[in-house]
Amino acid sequence: MTASPPPGSLLTAQDLRKVYGPTTALDGAGFSIHPGEVVAVMGPSGSGKSTLLHCLAGIVTPDSGSILYNGRELTTMSDAERSALRRSEFGFVFQFGQLVPELTCVENVALPLRLNGTPRKEAERAALTWMERLEVDDVRKKRPGEVSGGQGQRVAVARALVTGPRVLFADEPTGALDSLNGERVMELLTEAARSANAAVVLVTHEARVAAYSDREIVVRDGRSRDMERVV
Amino acid sequence: MSIGHTLLGLLESGPRHGYDLKRAFDEKFGHDRPLHYGQVYSTMSRLLKNGLVEVDGIEAGGGPERKRYAITEAGITDVERWLATPEKPEPYLQSTLYTKVVLALLTSRDAADILDTQRSEHLRSMRILTDRKRKGDLADQLICDHALFHLEADLRWLELTAARLDKLRAEVTR
Amino acid sequence: MSARQWGRDLGMGLRFAFAGGREGWIRALLTAVGVGLGVALLLLTTALPGALAERDRRGEARLNYTFGDTIESPADNTLVIADTDTEFDEKDIRGRLVEPEGDRAPVPPGLREFPAPGDMVVSPALKELLDSDGGALLRDRLDYDVVGTIGEQGLIGSQELAYYAGAEGLAERMGDGMVGRIDRFGDPNPTEEEADPVLVLLVLVVFVVLLMPVAVFIAAAVRFGGERRDRRLAALRLVGSDGGMTRRIAAGEALGGALLGLVFGTGFFLAGRELAASFEVFDISVFPSYLNPSPLLALLVAVAVPGAAVLVTLLALRGVVIEPLGVVRTARPARRRLWWRLLLPVAGIGMLAPMLGQGRENGDFNGYLVTGGVICLLVGVTALLPWIVETVVARLGSGSVSWQLAVRRLQLSSGAAARMVNGIAVAVAGAIALQMLFAGVEGDYTKDTGFDVSRAQMQVRVPDGTELAAATAKLEGTKGVREVYALSEGYLGDRSWSKEPQRSAELTIGDCATLREVAKLPSCEDGDVFALRGGEYDTDTPSLSRPGQKLYLEMHHTPDASEDVVWSLPETLKEADSVEDPTGTKRGGFLMTPAAVPADVAKSVRGELYLAIDDSVPAAREHVRNTAAAIDPLSNPTTWSASERTERFDAIRTGLFVGAAAVLALIGASLLVSQLEQLRERRKLLSALIAFGTRRRTLSLSVLWQTAIPIGLGLLLASTVGMALGAVLLRMTSTPVSVDWPSVLQMTGIGAGVVLVVTVLSLPPLLRMMRPDGLRTE
Repeated sequence: MTASPPPGSLLTAQDLRKVYGPTTALDGAGFSIHPGEVVAVMGPSGSGKSTLLHCLAGIVTPDSGSILYNGRELTTMSDAERSALRRSEFGFVFQFGQLVPELTCVENVALPLRLNGTPRKEAERAALTWMERLEVDDVRKKRPGEVSGGQGQRVAVARALVTGPRVLFADEPTGALDSLNGERVMELLTEAARSANAAVVLVTHEARVAAYSDREIVVRDGRSRDMERVV
Repeated sequence: MSIGHTLLGLLESGPRHGYDLKRAFDEKFGHDRPLHYGQVYSTMSRLLKNGLVEVDGIEAGGGPERKRYAITEAGITDVERWLATPEKPEPYLQSTLYTKVVLALLTSRDAADILDTQRSEHLRSMRILTDRKRKGDLADQLICDHALFHLEADLRWLELTAARLDKLRAEVTR
Repeated sequence: MSARQWGRDLGMGLRFAFAGGREGWIRALLTAVGVGLGVALLLLTTALPGALAERDRRGEARLNYTFGDTIESPADNTLVIADTDTEFDEKDIRGRLVEPEGDRAPVPPGLREFPAPGDMVVSPALKELLDSDGGALLRDRLDYDVVGTIGEQGLIGSQELAYYAGAEGLAERMGDGMVGRIDRFGDPNPTEEEADPVLVLLVLVVFVVLLMPVAVFIAAAVRFGGERRDRRLAALRLVGSDGGMTRRIAAGEALGGALLGLVFGTGFFLAGRELAASFEVFDISVFPSYLNPSPLLALLVAVAVPGAAVLVTLLALRGVVIEPLGVVRTARPARRRLWWRLLLPVAGIGMLAPMLGQGRENGDFNGYLVTGGVICLLVGVTALLPWIVETVVARLGSGSVSWQLAVRRLQLSSGAAARMVNGIAVAVAGAIALQMLFAGVEGDYTKDTGFDVSRAQMQVRVPDGTELAAATAKLEGTKGVREVYALSEGYLGDRSWSKEPQRSAELTIGDCATLREVAKLPSCEDGDVFALRGGEYDTDTPSLSRPGQKLYLEMHHTPDASEDVVWSLPETLKEADSVEDPTGTKRGGFLMTPAAVPADVAKSVRGELYLAIDDSVPAAREHVRNTAAAIDPLSNPTTWSASERTERFDAIRTGLFVGAAAVLALIGASLLVSQLEQLRERRKLLSALIAFGTRRRTLSLSVLWQTAIPIGLGLLLASTVGMALGAVLLRMTSTPVSVDWPSVLQMTGIGAGVVLVVTVLSLPPLLRMMRPDGLRTE
């Protein structure tokens, strides 16, 4: 199945299938995103939206189907190649449990840079710039356990963007926050992503969060539906 | 809510008397507000005039309630178009949406499609509101938020309905 | 508060101890094994003194003591008994030939009746050896019919090799020390033999050193799964239990492991007791029935161990407030202070200091002070280590990401890390100290024998009057014998031995070739007689070296002037310079070649045969012993070695090594469990780290650092304290202090190996947990 990707697309997936034991998580799902675009992935829980995100990000390899990132096929890459890609080209924000509790906030933000070999001082300086943009530079010396949920998520966003990724994957980034904090995080996230010209894949079941996207994709029973192309 | 489209949709499953139509409508949609006969007849005559239905037969005794109506090709197309057109996101439109979903189920159309299309339309409104809120002052934000919360409630209902489509199908086609 | 309430709370805790799925069980099991090892060791410690006393009692009761009151004439209650101890495959065999002279002759302990001549009664272990394939050579040597076994009463150990054989005509052989006449067994004048104070010290320290890490481990073990337990306790608070109740429930949980441990310990002990019967530690084996702990001490162990477990738990919970919504550590734990942590080791040294330099002679070491001092020093390790880990970790700077992750984690919870390592550190410190002590003291117990093993490796002494030429021929024909130097030795006096001579000199008889082994002969032919110059301890030879001088041969029995063997020095007395003989001494006196020996002299000299052995022939020495026994059962073959090493130290050192390794393995297992538990709690985080591209290697390395840093510090401290303690102990025994580097390296190596193994074993689960499945929320 080699239908050519939509022109100008940064990341395209076609006909993805993924089975976990008895459950079929993805059953022919597709996806496409352009540079700088914010796409919401919606759908009921258990529909396979997280699995779709994991596949797109190269965390999980689908059983079949193809994922093209910038002309490169993700499904045939080695684990090391995909890890390297995630380190340098992708950024991640999850619902919770992503910050290393022992490290201070600024160290957490600097972590991806350091994984890429940036010296500590330089990495932390870059980290601080991003923390300022996300308005969390005042908690840089604190540990994740000592900051509020909203601050923690913004630290996580700063960490996801610090490497200058082309795609930011956000899985229910406001899931653990109240609406006011959630909106602030979404505002800062989309603004920061836009200014960095990063595409955002935003998995959410909340319409108000999805409203920060440019368009949405609906996943149901492992199949996806690109609403823009239907309407 | 468009009674004309609803009656048209009910006719799709086969020709019916005006009386039958009213009964079917009341049973499925008019729980607390049954249709008046007059409403049925005036609507049907309008549909007849527009060529969306035709008279299939008249029983002896005359009178409008004795006419049997059938849907025309144009009528089917009209129903189709109506179902596919998302409603303008407005408060309290769920009754229309509900009618659309039930009709889709009755006519073996994809009800989930209707819901998805509607979600998309809602999201489009929400995006506009969100954008306005972002750029506006506090008053703008509060006004937009009010609308956003209403739209969100609709969307929640949409999700809920989507999750219960199978059950609903079983019930309306019983 | 009613006792019923207490009971109910403790009972609930007991149930929790074994609930919680596989992990809960593993944790309870590990705790129980740790406690069990401690209990078994404690029970053994309480049983050992009794066992050794019983062994001594039995050993004394079977002595055939022939010195002092000699019985001259046979009676119906006398027994003639000959010592025919031999050696087989490096194992000593106690042998006795018995010949009752009347109906009331004393029967040896463990025997019902005397074996008839040609029969023998053997110990079970010897019977087994004789029946085995490896015992063929021994069967040839002990050519008697086995007619029974010696009862437990007559043996001092289950593995002892012993036999009593019936004999005839033994009375004629009396007089040369091998044969005696007795009318009872046992020491007529028992003396309380003082145990070697250094040995007592060693045994004491071994037990302390093995028990301490177990104790530390138990203390750590009852805190296994602390975080999960805290959550459980918080949940209990939420449903309405008060602070006291939760504490009691926690204590009950600890009690569960301890009680199971008590059962395990009793099992270990009983199994160990049975096993002890088949074990020999420095040639000492015991019967299981010897190992009976005194009931009072056993009871004390049964009460103290669970009690201690509860106490440790309550102490650990002291700084913790369990609230319904979680556990709060009271305030931020204060920075650890150094001064009181130094008190313990200082107190330990203080207790040991008064005994410095006492040595073996007046080393009446105070057992309590020694134990207390050693315990204080080792406990000092557990007190110092948390401080050191905290202080060092706080200063550890930047490094790679894996290093940063590990260091930051340690900075947050250095106490937990130090606690896990404490046991290893104490075990290594104790083991290093002991190995050092052994290595130092071993020098004392290893003596240079002076034997020149390059010329001869065995010596066979044949009784007086044995036909030496025939014996030599037989030995020369024995497998594995390269050369036989046969010398006959006697002693000469200047007048009859019945009148006590004034001057005396040795007499050595041999052919020219053999004599050249003991002296530098100018020329030699059969018939020559030489006077030796330059012999050690020889003062009389020059004055006796006058031709015609009458010399009286020393007789071993019947010192009766009428039987004197008198010999006059010939005119042709030659002189020769003495050289070191194969035994490493320069002998003096006179040398005779066979042709110069008067007939009656030959009968009264003792034959000494020096043998050069070809060690490439298997069991050469056993063949020699067999030939010697065939020549005369009373002949006495001995094997030479350049130095004599007390083998029991090898055994203790090996035992210590094995014990320390076992303790370390146990601690390693518990390390692994808590490591895995910790990893599981961080599953989500690990998956997130993997998602944004962290290399698995980075995470694996951080896990390694996390264990390696505290263990490295622990081993460093352990080596320091261990060497200090070793030096103090050596000074106490007045032994020159030297560090036994191989054992230091060996012990720290095992410690480091444990870390490596733990890390390697936790890698597969870590890699599994790092799979993205951990990210799935639904």
